[in-house]
Amino acid sequence: MPMPSGSKLTQSNAAGWAFALPGFALMVLFIIVPFVFAIVLSFTNQRLVSPNPTEFVGWSNYQQLLGVGMLTLEPEKDASGAIIRDADGQPTYPRVRTYTRNNPDYPGLKGMRELTSWQSGQNRTYILASDVVFLRAIINTFIFVLVVAPVQGGLALGLALLINQKLRGINIYRAIYFMPVVVSIVVVSLLWRFIYDGNSGLLNNMLGALSFGAFKPVNWLGNPHTALGAIIAMSIWQAVGFHMVIWLSGLQTISPTLYEAAAIEGSTKWQTFRYVTWPGLRNTAVLVLIVITMQAFALFAQIDVMTKGGPLDSTQTIVFQAVQRGYGKQDISGGSAISVILFLIVLTISLVQRYLTREKT
Amino acid sequence: MKHALLTSGALMAALAWGGAAAAQTDLTMWYHGAGNEVESKIVHQIIDDFNASQSDWKVSLQSFPQAAYNDSVTAAALAGNLPDILDMDGPNMPNWAWAGYIQPLNIDQSKIANFLPGTKGIYDGKLYSIGLWDAAIALYTRQSTLDMLGLRTPTLDHPWSKDEFMAALKAAKDSGKFDYAFDPGMAWTGEWYPYAFSPFLQSFGGDIVDRSTYMTAEGALNGPDAIAFGEWWQSLFKDGYASANQDPADRDSGFINGKYAFSWNGNWAAVPAMEKVKDLVFLPAPDFGHGPKIGAASWQFGVSATSAHPDGAAAFIQFALQDKYLAAFSDGIGLIPATTTAAAMTKNYAPGGSLAVFFDYSAQEAMVRPVTPGYVVESKVFEKAVTDIANGADVTDTLDAAVDEINADIEKNNGYQKQ
Repeated sequence: MPMPSGSKLTQSNAAGWAFALPGFALMVLFIIVPFVFAIVLSFTNQRLVSPNPTEFVGWSNYQQLLGVGMLTLEPEKDASGAIIRDADGQPTYPRVRTYTRNNPDYPGLKGMRELTSWQSGQNRTYILASDVVFLRAIINTFIFVLVVAPVQGGLALGLALLINQKLRGINIYRAIYFMPVVVSIVVVSLLWRFIYDGNSGLLNNMLGALSFGAFKPVNWLGNPHTALGAIIAMSIWQAVGFHMVIWLSGLQTISPTLYEAAAIEGSTKWQTFRYVTWPGLRNTAVLVLIVITMQAFALFAQIDVMTKGGPLDSTQTIVFQAVQRGYGKQDISGGSAISVILFLIVLTISLVQRYLTREKT
Repeated sequence: MKHALLTSGALMAALAWGGAAAAQTDLTMWYHGAGNEVESKIVHQIIDDFNASQSDWKVSLQSFPQAAYNDSVTAAALAGNLPDILDMDGPNMPNWAWAGYIQPLNIDQSKIANFLPGTKGIYDGKLYSIGLWDAAIALYTRQSTLDMLGLRTPTLDHPWSKDEFMAALKAAKDSGKFDYAFDPGMAWTGEWYPYAFSPFLQSFGGDIVDRSTYMTAEGALNGPDAIAFGEWWQSLFKDGYASANQDPADRDSGFINGKYAFSWNGNWAAVPAMEKVKDLVFLPAPDFGHGPKIGAASWQFGVSATSAHPDGAAAFIQFALQDKYLAAFSDGIGLIPATTTAAAMTKNYAPGGSLAVFFDYSAQEAMVRPVTPGYVVESKVFEKAVTDIANGADVTDTLDAAVDEINADIEKNNGYQKQ
């Protein structure tokens, strides 16, 4: 009589469990325990260094991080009721700080700052946040992911198609494209800091030479408008080789007979790609997309080495904020809350991706 | 606390056993200067001298690289493995005292009566740490620059006012001879920012936190004086007197190469700069209304809270406070010796010596950073605020945000009260 497989696994496979135990124990110790710790600590006021006892504080860490408010202000008027306008003819508004600081009439806005604002008729509407830096970090991280995931995945696929040819010396190209992946990200970031240097960086010099001096040097990492873009470009370049290799392995699992059949049918290059190559890469595509998304959400080293979140919070990211608060500002509970929020974001996105790329039967 | 008691009990037992075997009781010491040969030689010399000078204690040294030192101490404190004697950066001392890493230092008060004020680590009315040296900042420039621009040479008694300083920067900028008139040291991110720039704020009349209670930053960091500081600070960058994004290489050699007319730099950079710039002068800090100010307090020695032999540890620290060692550190690594008598024994800080002005600046302008356990957080908040203001952020809003963050931290820690 055959035994149910579940009980066979638990009862008569002692050796197997013994072999699995060291790995299992390490995973519990270094992945599951810290994970549970992060969730528990995010509901406390735990500090890195403190003689005070730890207390549970409920949701206050999350409220502090995610609290938002809204405020609509009317333009300032002079004694006769006419709207006061500034030098450019724009109406002036009272300062937001008069509502958010020491104003008992607006207790819900205490300590909040302007995240963004817009004009609606004569009035101006402000979106306020109790932690502007963290919300900026979330926005920046999403921009980073939304740009990096498709561009890096697409470039990697293009490179993989190019080097998946039987040509003399093609291995040299494979090695060149893969090289940045092997170098430590910290080293790469340091090198790119020199490339992006505002005065005599390689990029500025190159653009200057190509445009015969017409190009004005840009301080790529020192300018809030270019800093995040510069880091995105550099990050795509650094890891594109890794995903190229994954695409390449996918390409090489596609049977050559399919290509031969397509050739006999007289299909064009595009048709071959669209109806033979791409369907064959389905699973690889799912893998590459998920891996890039995960890695992109974990953006930290480039920020830490190149900009430290600046200038003007234009490159703050979620993980950088978690480390800065938990370790730099000794606020373990705040850092833990950020980690939990990041976990929930990534979990949601993975579930959505899985749903969208599921096998349709 | 029970855990700490158990550990110290075990430590005591172990040490008692060790003491029975050898005549001298072992004391352990941690120091942050691994990798610096000269520094290491002087520390070893002091330890050897101390061990030979008496028969009760035997100190052994373990050195750490500075970058990993604070983390090592925190980890050791959590694990209950702190050494008997350790050194610490001055502004961190209150945090470590509050967290229970270190205990008050019992040394003969008369031995340190003539020490520079910045070398004494006093928190909660008690001495916790003592430094063999201090560091000071001056405004570096060339005598030829002053002559060329027709500027008065400021002195400690008559420092430049804000208007004079800004006129000097304007003259330097208008001369067209420099990339930037002023080099505040923006490339040195980290503790340099609060150490070097918060004295400007204090000279304006503001501060990082209200020092009368240490319970709030409201009014100190966002009051009218602080806002005036912020507007002035922003104008340095907006009006092109300084660059908010400095290349680290320019910080090291820009002034020497003539890119900057004035550079805000410490005494530790003076000797190499003097070799390259023959007419280098060190001007006192400008007076922005509340006197010229610079930061004080460098690395200092203290006794860990878990030490089983605080008397032995204190005996060693007291032994190290001799003028000859103070002078040796000064000659070896360029620091300002803590006493006038030691200064007289050094080549640079003796009266008439090339760096003697730094001793006077340290004695008369220096102000310690806020003496509160919350400083470790406040310094980071201040660093971000001045960085953002330099990059063009709204001054009042940025200072308000900094105040809120500091106050939230104080509140989260129950006001950093001693238990």
